[in-house]
Amino acid sequence: MNLIEFPSVDKTITNLVISTTLNDLSNWSRLSSLWPLLYGTNCCFIEFALLIGSRFEFDHYGLVPRSSPRQADLILIADTITMKMAPSLVRLYKQMSEPKYVIAMGAFAITGGMFSTNSYSTVCGVDKLSLIDVYLPSYPT
Amino acid sequence: MTVPATKKDFMIVNMGPHHPSMHGVLRLIVTLDGEDVIDCEPILGYLHRGMEKIAENRTIIQYLPYVTRWDYLATMFTEAITVNAPEQLENVQVPKRASYIRVIMLELSRIASHLLWLGPFMADIGAQTPFFYIFRERELIYDLFEAATGMRMMHNYFRIGGVAADLPYGWIDKCLDFCDYFLTGIVEYQKLITRNPIFLERVEGVGIIGGEEAINWGLSGPMLRASGIQWDLRKIDNYECYNEFDWEVQWQKEGDSLARYLVRIGEMRESIKIIQQALEGIPGGPYENLEVRRFDRAKNSEWNDFEYRFISKKPSPNFELSKQELYVRVEAPKGELGIYLIGDNSVFPWRWKIRPPGFINLQILPQLVKRMKLADIMTILGSIDIIMGEVDR
Repeated sequence: MNLIEFPSVDKTITNLVISTTLNDLSNWSRLSSLWPLLYGTNCCFIEFALLIGSRFEFDHYGLVPRSSPRQADLILIADTITMKMAPSLVRLYKQMSEPKYVIAMGAFAITGGMFSTNSYSTVCGVDKLSLIDVYLPSYPT
Repeated sequence: MTVPATKKDFMIVNMGPHHPSMHGVLRLIVTLDGEDVIDCEPILGYLHRGMEKIAENRTIIQYLPYVTRWDYLATMFTEAITVNAPEQLENVQVPKRASYIRVIMLELSRIASHLLWLGPFMADIGAQTPFFYIFRERELIYDLFEAATGMRMMHNYFRIGGVAADLPYGWIDKCLDFCDYFLTGIVEYQKLITRNPIFLERVEGVGIIGGEEAINWGLSGPMLRASGIQWDLRKIDNYECYNEFDWEVQWQKEGDSLARYLVRIGEMRESIKIIQQALEGIPGGPYENLEVRRFDRAKNSEWNDFEYRFISKKPSPNFELSKQELYVRVEAPKGELGIYLIGDNSVFPWRWKIRPPGFINLQILPQLVKRMKLADIMTILGSIDIIMGEVDR
């Protein structure tokens, strides 16, 4: 999952960095229209559900939350994942069909956050379970 | 009453930890005979993070960010009880203004919790529109919280002896505006939902709990009050300054899901009344008992000596819990939230036992769904109002 050697950034930097305007990024996300999986375990799921609400509606970006992993493109892992929940999450990820994207949102998902010490059942970092495309640090709520 | 079985073997369906409703990671293994439910077994633990064990290694101030992750819809209550426990243990007085601010925040949090109960409850029944309405109102409450505390949901606002910071200038007027707006919002919900025949067909007579039964199972909160028992800890314990306001306990007699719905809508209205009275009557004065900051420290510690002056950062004073045990409780929107605290003459508690209302209220689910159809499971589960963060801790 995680490479041991650092990726060489000299030649491939042009493939990793895109410069654009916010308008273009917004239009690109509209035409891509990713359908996220309605997945959440904990508090950050409420923030994800708020995106569906009227203030930050993500329907006008074409994002329709789907419950079934077969119909979803994107899984937004936003919360603490415990060891009991981890097999379910991996199974959901495997059931999603290609192309699929994973966003790890929030400190709990990226490293375990404040549960990484003294908690005997938290998975410290979702990148132990699946490949992550985007890491969003800090805390959603 | 046994349901006559039509076939020899029953179908076992797993409503897995990931499901379309927003209750969280609760797994139900349902034994069905056609459409009738024979038995239902909830499986918990998908969100167990070891909150009580973590508490044994954190001081109270360090533990405050963790407590908002129990019941993440009504976060002020978890913080309130985390600071109430040491306050009552060490007999710390809270200034009047801090008490009023706490009551306002708690009642706003109660409204927020009931709103976010209502959305998924209606979405499970099949009505998607109230989901959007409640998020509109909840955003307004989030704005108020963000202005006062800095965070939308996980506030970390309460401190031992008061609150962390005073209300900003103009907050009270904004909050009064919100109260006026919200009363029209409740009227809208009444028009849309309460007399809707489809809604009534689905919730009336579903999941009936009698009064005696409710006490025997140890239920609390709206589940108890909807079964005819007028038990509200705000009237009974008289904590903070609830006895200075004029409000009534909301209760119903029937004990079905409709009664629980009506109790919660009524509670939202009473909360607005309390908030308006508190905002109009809020006194001036300090917002935190700053005396508490001068904690008992060893007077002649050698670390404060001349030789150790420039060595390193001195550890900050911490609140020491004496060797006593104590149970405190608040009336959370889901029920009675309680903490049993055993102190140990150190800054870390010896035992921090959480009594979550959702966990106790969830016990009645297998009994309630036994004679119902499959579609009623979601109605009953929704009306119990659980949140997995506190059920699993």
